[in-house]
Amino acid sequence: MPYRVDARGLSCPQPVVMTKKALEAMGLGAKSKALRGSEVSDASGPLEAIDVLVDNRTAMENVSRFARHSGYDADVETVKEGDDCYIVRICVRRRAQHGRP
Amino acid sequence: MQMHQEGTDLALDQRRVVLIAGAVAGALSFVLVAAGNPANMGICVACFIRDTAGGLGLHRAEVVQYLRPEIPGFILGSMLAALAAGEFRARGGSSPVLRFVLGFFVMIGALVFLGCPLRMVLRLAGGDLNAVLGILGFTAGILVGVLFLRRGFTLGRSSRMGVGNAMALPVLSVFLLILAVVAPAFVFTSSKGPGSAHAPVLWALAAGLVVGALAQRSRLCLAGGIRDLILIRDAHLFRGFAAIFVVALVLNVISGRFRLGFEGQPVAHSDGLWNFLGMTAVGLGAALLGGCPLRQCILAGEGDADAAMAFLGMLVGAAFAHNWSIASSPAGPTANGRIAIVVALVVMAIIGYMGAETSGKPNQQRTAGEA
Repeated sequence: MPYRVDARGLSCPQPVVMTKKALEAMGLGAKSKALRGSEVSDASGPLEAIDVLVDNRTAMENVSRFARHSGYDADVETVKEGDDCYIVRICVRRRAQHGRP
Repeated sequence: MQMHQEGTDLALDQRRVVLIAGAVAGALSFVLVAAGNPANMGICVACFIRDTAGGLGLHRAEVVQYLRPEIPGFILGSMLAALAAGEFRARGGSSPVLRFVLGFFVMIGALVFLGCPLRMVLRLAGGDLNAVLGILGFTAGILVGVLFLRRGFTLGRSSRMGVGNAMALPVLSVFLLILAVVAPAFVFTSSKGPGSAHAPVLWALAAGLVVGALAQRSRLCLAGGIRDLILIRDAHLFRGFAAIFVVALVLNVISGRFRLGFEGQPVAHSDGLWNFLGMTAVGLGAALLGGCPLRQCILAGEGDADAAMAFLGMLVGAAFAHNWSIASSPAGPTANGRIAIVVALVVMAIIGYMGAETSGKPNQQRTAGEA
């Protein structure tokens, strides 16, 4: 089940700020200090997905650009759902977890 | 449900569009000055809104009254581009009154400096070194705005609205154009000063439409350029900023219009502190609004009723700026202008602080980490 950030109705830069905070909260942020909790242990491997919901193209472009270019090594995929919703799915590979069993 | 992979193609495409938009805005600014607009003021969203307020008689400063066709051009150009791309959407309801207030104080800041962020870049490209203080102040203001944004500042969510909300400003734009062409007796037109210097109506309108359409496609935003550099280290929008500067600079140098210095620059004053603080107010306000004055016009054209409120705030702010002797002149800032800047900074800081406390929490909850 992917994490979900609902940024519908918000305009730039807030969707990007929320995405950044969510990635950091998941321990996936470029600057994250500690990696803790919410490890993925199923067959899908060490990949984590986060869905960002936005309702305008500008925010969709901004969130995807941010995910691709901010050191997250992310696969980005966008889905248009109806008139008023874009889902930006960001798949991030968890980094090697140093100092953990 | 349609899906498409976001690839490097799209990213390259976006980069090209923002560079083209910046380059064209820089070039058309040069053309508009050659065609009659005031020096280093080929395009200035704040100055043109101020002139429009004067043309409508909202203030009676005789040297800055003219219904600038560029402003309706920006709004209608954006609307046409958004309609063509299927991006025209009536939306609003995200703190309209606060947006009006922020627009008001952004205009106060711009008129103490004497230019919107776009003109700030054009002034620098013309050799006006006072703009360096402006850019430093603008950056400082955005920096403070980014601190509020990091704390969770938000003006709240907008929602879908009836199409009438989206049409209000485009209809006003058409009305302004009609007034500009028909020129009834109740419309004011400067016979001297910056308001009397203008390109032919059709040139101004055409340039406005082109810049409006390109800015809509590229999301060009002067405040966004610096904000994204600071906030997410993304230079995308800043490239548009740079393109405006480079193209305008090259054209100014080639044509001999480039004149380096602080003193005697056209429609500018050389009081460094108030150039800095004026643009600090613009930067802070633009960061909280989510865009510079040009971007507000573009969003309003796309159907954003909140941006339309910011536009109306700027229009009213321009009227007060001249009625209350807040706006600077080439002689320098006024006493009232200094007081107004302090008030602007205090009010916007309060809005920034309060906005994070009240609205930040619901957003945090919706950032569902509860998976």
